[in-house]
Order: sequence, then C-alpha cells, then structure tokens
Amino acid sequence: MKRSMYGRYGGQFVPEVLMPALNELEEAYERYRDDPRFLEELAYYMKEFAGRETPLYFARNLSKKYGTKIYLKREDLVHGGAHKLNNTIGQALLAKYMGKKRLIAETGAGQHGTATAMVGANMGFDTEVYMGAKDVQRQHMNVYRMQLMGTVVHSVQSGSKTLKDAINEALRDWVTNVENTHYLIGSVVGPHPYPMIVRDFQSVIGNEVKRQIIEKEGRYPDSIVACAGGGSNAMGIFHPFIENREVKLFPVEAGGCGLKSTKKEALHSASLCAGEDGILQGAHTRVLQDRYGQILESSSVSAGLDYSGVGPELAHLADIGRIKPCNVNDEEALEAFYELSRTEGIIPALESSHAIAYVMKMAQSGELGDLVVVSLSGRGDKDLETVFSLKKKENRRVCL
Amino acid sequence: MKILEKFEQLEKNKEKALIAYVCAGDPDADTTKEIVSSLVRGGADIVELGLPFSDPVADGPTIQAASQRALDAGMNPDRYFELIASMDAGVPLVCMTYYNLIYKRGLDKFASDCAGSGISGIIVPDLPAEEADDLHAACRKHGIDLIFLITPVTNGDRIEKILDRTSGFVYIVSRLGVTGTRVDVAQSTREILSRVHTEVPKAVGFGISDREQAAEIIAAGADAVIVGSAFVNIVASADNVSERVESLARELKSACK
Repeated sequence: MKRSMYGRYGGQFVPEVLMPALNELEEAYERYRDDPRFLEELAYYMKEFAGRETPLYFARNLSKKYGTKIYLKREDLVHGGAHKLNNTIGQALLAKYMGKKRLIAETGAGQHGTATAMVGANMGFDTEVYMGAKDVQRQHMNVYRMQLMGTVVHSVQSGSKTLKDAINEALRDWVTNVENTHYLIGSVVGPHPYPMIVRDFQSVIGNEVKRQIIEKEGRYPDSIVACAGGGSNAMGIFHPFIENREVKLFPVEAGGCGLKSTKKEALHSASLCAGEDGILQGAHTRVLQDRYGQILESSSVSAGLDYSGVGPELAHLADIGRIKPCNVNDEEALEAFYELSRTEGIIPALESSHAIAYVMKMAQSGELGDLVVVSLSGRGDKDLETVFSLKKKENRRVCL
Repeated sequence: MKILEKFEQLEKNKEKALIAYVCAGDPDADTTKEIVSSLVRGGADIVELGLPFSDPVADGPTIQAASQRALDAGMNPDRYFELIASMDAGVPLVCMTYYNLIYKRGLDKFASDCAGSGISGIIVPDLPAEEADDLHAACRKHGIDLIFLITPVTNGDRIEKILDRTSGFVYIVSRLGVTGTRVDVAQSTREILSRVHTEVPKAVGFGISDREQAAEIIAAGADAVIVGSAFVNIVASADNVSERVESLARELKSACK
C-alpha cells in the first residue's frame, strides 16, 4: 500500500501546481511531529489557549432515561465551542514553523473558519476564509465572529453555495498563492497528507477518552458514537481505539430527508452509507455522485455535515468493517437537540445532535452495549437561529 | 489525426501551433460543432474540447461558468463522445476533463471511447503523474496521448518524472493560478521554458488572450500557445460567436507563423 493510501482510498488528486506544496507540507510534518520544541508549543496552546483537557461527562439523566451509561466527550467546551481548534492550532503552528505568512481555510458551519480566525489572530497570520453563500446566511454570527478577529470572509456564490464549493474556491486561492500560503483544511479530507495530519491533531480527543474512561469506569466503552460529515471529530475520537476491536465505532451521517437522490442533488449527506467510489477534492473516497461521476449537492439541517464526500480513512475503515456507518434524519437530529438541552442542560451543535440521536434511537436495541461514549463535537449556540426558524413553522418537520 | 503528426506537419511549414480550448456543450452541442469549425477555419491546429465537470478546481470563473452552462444544457460523457464522433474537424482533438468522470466510466472504457470517437489526447488537470499509471496504461493501449502539466513551481525531479510520462505535447503553465486571461506571461514563460528540456513539443497556456502575448510566448521558445478563456468569453457573450471566434483564432495564429 502506498503511504498516502488507506486501502484503495486517499491519494493526491490535485493540480500539478499544488504537488510541491503537498510535498513540502508532508516533509515539514515528518520533521516536526516528534520535535520536542514543536510538541511543547503545541501542548501549551492546547492547554492554555484551547482549554484542554475537556471533561468526559457522565450524562446521568440521559443515561437513566435511555437505560445505558452515556458519557459525553465535551468538545463543545473547547475555546470557540467546537473540536475544530485542536486541528487549527496544530496546522497553524506547523505553518509558522514552515515560514508561511498567510492562512486560508474553508468552512461549512463556520466553526472551522472561526477556529482558523482564532489561531490566525493569535499567531499573527493574514487569514482569509471561504464560506458558501448559503452557509454565510444560516451562520452569520460565526461570520461576524471571524470578522471581529480580523479574518476576511469570502461568500462563495458558485454551485450549491455550501462547503463543497467553499473548498473549491479555497483550492483555487491556494493554486494562485501557494508560495506564501498554507491551506488549513478543516477535516480529514483532501489530498495526502491532510487526512493524516488532521486525524493526528484531532486524536487528542480519543487519547483523552482512553485515559478518562479507565479512570471513571475501569474499562473501555462498548461503543463510541460520533457524527461524521468530513469526519474529523469521528476520526479524532475513533483513531486511538482502532486496535481495540472490542470497542464498536459508529460514525453517524446526516440522513437529511432520507437516503434518496434527485438528478442533481442528494437529499442527504451520507457518503459512507450511500456514496460510491470516486475522486473529490484531492482524494479517492466515497462520494455522492451521479452515474457519470458529476458530484451531487448534499443536504442536511446541519451546515457542518452538509458535504458530498467523507474522509478517505473512514471510507477504508467502513470497507474493512471496523466502523459501522449509520445515519439519522434531520427530524431525529432536531429531537436530540431538544432532548439533550432539556435533560442535561447542554445545548449541542446540530452536528453533534446526530450522534445523540443515534444513541437515543439505538440505546434499547442492545447494539451499543452498556457503556457508550458520544463525541459532543460542538455547542449549539451557532444553530439557535436555524432551530428557532424551524420551530416557528407550525410543523417542525424539516423535509416537507 | 495524431498530435505528433500535426506538429511534424507544422515544423515542415516552419509554423508553431495554436491550440484552442472551448467547453463541449456550451451553450449546446450543435453550437459547439459550429464553433470548432470556426476555430479550425481561423487557423487552430489542435482543439481542446472540455468535458464539463461539476467541480473544476483547476479552472477559474470563466471556464467554471462554461462548464455549468454545458451541464445545464445536458452535456454528459455519453453525449460528448457522440458529439466528437459526429465531427470531422480535420485537426487533432484533445479531451480536457477531471479524473472522477474518467474513473467513473472506467479507465479502459474512457480511453477506448476517446479512440473510437476521434479524440487524440487527454488532459486531466487533477491527475498528477504519480497517480496516473493506470490511466497511462489504458491510454497507451488505445493509442491516446496523455498530456501532463508543468508549472512554475515544478522542480527538476518532478519535471523529469512528468516528461517521462507525457506524450503528444507537454502543457506548460505560464504562471501560478487557475485559468483565465491576464497580462504578465512573457517573463515567467521564458524562465520555465529554460528549465524544460525535451523532444516533446512544449505548449504554453494560462493567461494568453491576444496576438501580442502569443507572439511573446512563441518568441520565448514555445512550440504552441494554448488559448482558452478568451474563446470561452466570446461563447459566453452569445454575440456573433462563430465570426468572432474565427477572427480571434486568425489573429492568434498569425503570431505562430
């Protein structure tokens, strides 16, 4: 197997102009990943700026109601309100060591853009973020947060005006400015070495869970549940447990309005559950596409999961049966959003609500076992307007 | 006609090549046929016909918009090969597209369909040399040239690797960035041409839109100029397209003689 591949997935399917930059990034990562000075600085930022480690919270009320022990890994408490900062700290530090002056990023829900804006401001980069016009509209408070921190936000008008198109525009910027710019990709997607780098920086989540669950329960969980759009929080919490085969791993995708597709659009974002082999934005992975290979627009109530592809390592782990891809629909995710808010006093991001929803749905089935850890990948403040506008409709169903 | 035959013919006449790009199916298949005829009448020696993809990351807004118009008009790989087969362009035709469309159709079938319909070469801007072994084998089997790109940031080792795999011509990107018309191409072209040593014809593209720029590129040592966005802009204007395309081709070709 090539180093850049996960089974048959992964690779580097990018314009030639980016190949030297990818090689430079890979060499820099190999050089600094074990460098004591780099690791010391990374640890400092993780603790003092991001606020790690995050708690592994026993959700007492939820556990009682659903008859199984449920722990929440509180990535919503990371500075900025989501797990995204773990990766942006790591990559921005790497970019600093590489001598880059400028950061660019794509963002869906705005959390990755916000996290990039934070490290950009803190570490002194010029920072620009690409965001689909549809997402700019539904997440405008995050846009304002980015702007407050000095980041220029570009509203992308092409295609479906969501994350996929924001990535396209960021890639175009990188093609043009590759010599002084680091493209800070926000998930375990894109060409090698990004899926590996992002996974490694996000693995802090799973590594902490490993220690914490032993402290609290004296054993590993029966299952771990995490939402998966691109899949960075899922890979982050799963990766340290891959060799522990007794721990079942469930990536929960956005089932949107059900796993159907029209000619131009998928009514969901479930690339692992319903996608096919393809090449998208630099990687061979599972992709929502039509019979000719044109990429279908995805759909989800959650902007952060609204993506037509998925990380190549997740695609491989699904192929070999190590993870069990599943999905919940928009309505189930919204129910979970309310449920966690009411039972535990924690408002989850709509992304994380998908993971909660799967636990609510499956807790009685025995599928998840007696001890479940859920990645609470982000907090729901950013989604309040979305939920509020849906609630205003008499019928709360999203897919009418 | 094979690409190399065309270059040999041009060399005998002491001419350089004009390679013109338009997107197949923009605004519709019938008009594409007319446009190709106009390009050839104007002097285009090779025509690149884009097979539109939904997410063309190596292209700028002009060609992205053309791709979208073509997709909206119903262009797809089946219709593309039908269109090519129905043409009698009289010059080599090159397919420019993105890798997912090729992968989805199957590499062997795609190369076979190219050969069967009259395509002489393929350019895949999101397929670097390292990932291209399988497509390279399929193209060789069916006698299709696989054309790779070299950019201003491609270093010596990579240039060698790319030249080992490329046939027909090598596509030299004159500057960093996506496709689109700009003015500052001559200096960067001279620099990059000085680093590329090969018997394969060197075609320079990105940012060329008028006779003066084309002449500078030829004077810098290129065997061909590639012009895309300038033609696509004319198609997009939907105003007297055939005549204007022919006229621009004639102007650009005059710099290649």
